[in-house]
Amino acid sequence: MSYGRAPARIEDHKFLTGAGQYVDDIRLPRQCHAAVVLSPHAHADILSIDPEAARKMPGVIAVLTGADVVSDGLGSVPPYILPIHWGGPPAFTTLRPILISDRVRCVGDRVAVVVAETVDQARAAADSVVVEYRVLDAVTDAEAALAQDAPIVWPENEAGNRSVTLHLGDAEKTRDAFAAASHVVRRSLESPRLAPAPLEPRACLGMFNASSGQFTLYTSSQDPHGCRKTLAGVVFKVPESSIRVISPDVGGGFGLKSHMFPEDAIVLWASRRVGRPVKWVGTRSESFLTDTQGRGQKVHAEMALDAAGRILGIRVQAYHNLGGYFWATATPPLFFSLRLIPNIYKVPAVDLTTHAVFTNLPPMAVYRGAGRPEATYVIERLMDAAAAEIGMDPADIRRINAISEQDMPYTNVVGFTYDSGAFREMIDQCLDAADWNGYPERAKQSAARGLLRGRSITSYVEIAGVMNERMELRFDPSGTLTILAGTHSHGQGHQTVFTQLVSGWLGIPQENIRYIQGDTDAVLIGRGTFAARSTQLGGTALLAAKDEIVARARGMAAIMLETPAEEIDFDHGLFRVRGTNRAVPLQEVAKMFYLPAGPVVKLGLGLSGQGTSSGLPGGAPNFPNGCQVCEVEVDPETGMVKVDRIVAIDDVGKILNAALCEGQIHGGMAQGLGQALMEEMTYGEDGQLLSGSFMDYGLPRAEHMPDITSHLLEIPAKTNPLGIKGIGESGAIGTPVSVVNAVLDAVRSRGVDDIGMPVSPPKLWAALNAAASGQ
Amino acid sequence: MLRVELVVNGQDVRRDVPDNMLLSTFLREEVQLTGTHIGCDTTQCGACVVSIDGETVKSCTMLALQANRRSVTTIEGIANGSELHPMQRAFSECHGLQCGYCTPGMVIAAIDIVERSEEPLTAARVREELKGNLCRCTGYVNIVKSVLRGAELMGRPVDRV
Ligand code: FES
Ligand code: FES
Repeated sequence: MSYGRAPARIEDHKFLTGAGQYVDDIRLPRQCHAAVVLSPHAHADILSIDPEAARKMPGVIAVLTGADVVSDGLGSVPPYILPIHWGGPPAFTTLRPILISDRVRCVGDRVAVVVAETVDQARAAADSVVVEYRVLDAVTDAEAALAQDAPIVWPENEAGNRSVTLHLGDAEKTRDAFAAASHVVRRSLESPRLAPAPLEPRACLGMFNASSGQFTLYTSSQDPHGCRKTLAGVVFKVPESSIRVISPDVGGGFGLKSHMFPEDAIVLWASRRVGRPVKWVGTRSESFLTDTQGRGQKVHAEMALDAAGRILGIRVQAYHNLGGYFWATATPPLFFSLRLIPNIYKVPAVDLTTHAVFTNLPPMAVYRGAGRPEATYVIERLMDAAAAEIGMDPADIRRINAISEQDMPYTNVVGFTYDSGAFREMIDQCLDAADWNGYPERAKQSAARGLLRGRSITSYVEIAGVMNERMELRFDPSGTLTILAGTHSHGQGHQTVFTQLVSGWLGIPQENIRYIQGDTDAVLIGRGTFAARSTQLGGTALLAAKDEIVARARGMAAIMLETPAEEIDFDHGLFRVRGTNRAVPLQEVAKMFYLPAGPVVKLGLGLSGQGTSSGLPGGAPNFPNGCQVCEVEVDPETGMVKVDRIVAIDDVGKILNAALCEGQIHGGMAQGLGQALMEEMTYGEDGQLLSGSFMDYGLPRAEHMPDITSHLLEIPAKTNPLGIKGIGESGAIGTPVSVVNAVLDAVRSRGVDDIGMPVSPPKLWAALNAAASGQ
Repeated sequence: MLRVELVVNGQDVRRDVPDNMLLSTFLREEVQLTGTHIGCDTTQCGACVVSIDGETVKSCTMLALQANRRSVTTIEGIANGSELHPMQRAFSECHGLQCGYCTPGMVIAAIDIVERSEEPLTAARVREELKGNLCRCTGYVNIVKSVLRGAELMGRPVDRV
């Protein structure tokens, strides 16, 4: 079934009227407030912590430190996934205590917590906790951290500051490819560390019920069940059923909120200690200090090509800046930043290496795209460098290297199988849509205004649909249907999409379908939402749940229609005796499952269905993909870049709701544009944070964004029954390099052929001036 | 503690508040209108925008006391009973929101942009006027569409060049 343009989102009304309920909007009776004491040093030994002055401050209920964590036997938090789970070698990974008592390894490490009657009192008292440190030398750069004499972040690690090195490909074959090459291009590239920066800062509210021994946590999480698992299994060492995690409305996640944070444990623990609900809401500055960050990769990359511009091989040495801990979701970017390098191209040989390295920065984890933008940045920068070196059109070099539709399914050099896609056609369509041929005229017009115009074409691939998922459908006795979702929507509009699917399948009006997510007491199990997985895996699981409902209800319909089940069809919400107009609606059949007595009760009490689906590992992920054309204008007088236009075509597989798909693409592109032009977490050499607020960390504003033209291409995936490919990240994957390549195209004639992200005006201005003065 | 008397969404509100209490805190904690959101602590994000005597203000930059004897409209007071304001309808129609966190501030800022514009409203003008409001989800494309559509629904001229 196809839905095309769908009606407005069901969830919009509450958000538009201020009736959304985010964690900070919830207040429990007798709640008090926590403030966390953060390390001001990037690397230091804690000599002593003196909470006495803080304890005497007005309103203070408790001051807790790492010693209390130890005496209460709370466990430390391990990484969410280890490299070995994904087929990598063993790594030196780390645990992260809820509060640190011995050595801090980044600015913002948590060392104590104050609980007080009000937020202001808690914060004031937190400032009065006296912590004595012996400051150690810090290291912030991943490559520098591997030097012999670099300060060591984890002395017990025999490999120095190296956590793990991953290899992919065939070194010898790649060496031969380079030996046979007509052209070799090389670049040293960097994807700086970024703040995911959802507009709602992280927040949590914990309550311990002493009489039942039950914990309840409201938290701004993308994955409430995952959060519960860590809290129960690792921190508190209690059965998972002792902890209820509720993620209410969540104001954006982008990967940041996909793992548990120490504050989630702190509020529950503090609640158990003080006997009252405890709330913690991060300020924006606190978010910049304590949130995990994304990207943070340096790469030395080279590509070998034959005389005609065909890729022969790619070699990469990459360094990932893990920060002070191998923690949270640090693993996925390591793998994806290598495995997505071949992109849409036929690449015969690769030799790819990444080193994950400890430094004294906050931990690195997933951020929208998680490794895919890094990989795309590498290959697409090399493609443009190669086109310039060989003197080819950047579109042509991509076209001749692209995997063709006839090659599908295509297993590439790193073992990913692309099930479907029309990569070359997409390039052509994108060029048409962007009026590629009209460019020279526009360049002339820009020049007349003293501006340099440049353009780029970018291809990209996303990998979507990891891990398994579960959905449940449940009728209540009055015939109303509830969807219980294992996924978690924090802006994506799942309620609308899932309701739309179920309504279409079962012929039940949308108003009669309720939606529940994000409550571990209501939903048996789920994986939450990240990595563009939810409609694909959730939708597939929902389809299975629907099938179970129909199968069970058919038996009941047979009794009601006094006809054998095999002779009954289900269509448009009705069970109908084949070839007749004798029919009963599903909702009436459902009600029969709730009768207290009578012949029908032999079919059991209640009507529900559940379904599951599997992604990686155990199932096949798929590969949404797209193409972008970007045009920029550079003002050589100021170094200012204006993105004039971006045209994007995305193959999202089967389209369920075009508006929501495009919305995801727009949002990702804004984040990509931010990465290209303004976003960067910056630190001093001592590890001090220099970009600690929205005043000095630039998030794109409306004025920075062009009016994006987005087209969707519907090439159904062959690896799931709904044909859906993911859509959460594509914009964030393609856009950084689109913008940078367009800028480089604009300034190449002025002698600048390399520049790093973010392409800030001073950086570009300096590069232009250096080139002009021949430096 | 000082007494403030003001009107919030048409209702009289009287409270004794600390003299350093921000208007945003006052609205969220004292009046329990949580549609006004807090997204930053440096007046950069606009999630907290409310309207005071017809003028938009970032409520995190103002003390509750400064609103004394004034009339405040928050997102909860924008709709006419159960009937959404045209701007709210436009945001829904044009998919101008995702997570909804920036939305209250966006809607109030958008209404103000439309009401203040003397010439036919353009996309470029909307982009410029939205300087004070951050959205991390939508890429602004649909927000700009929403504001223009909202202007139309409010009966104002729009120039879609
Ligand atoms: S909370 Fe007021 S501008 Fe951000
Ligand atoms: S809709 Fe999420 S911040 Fe704007």
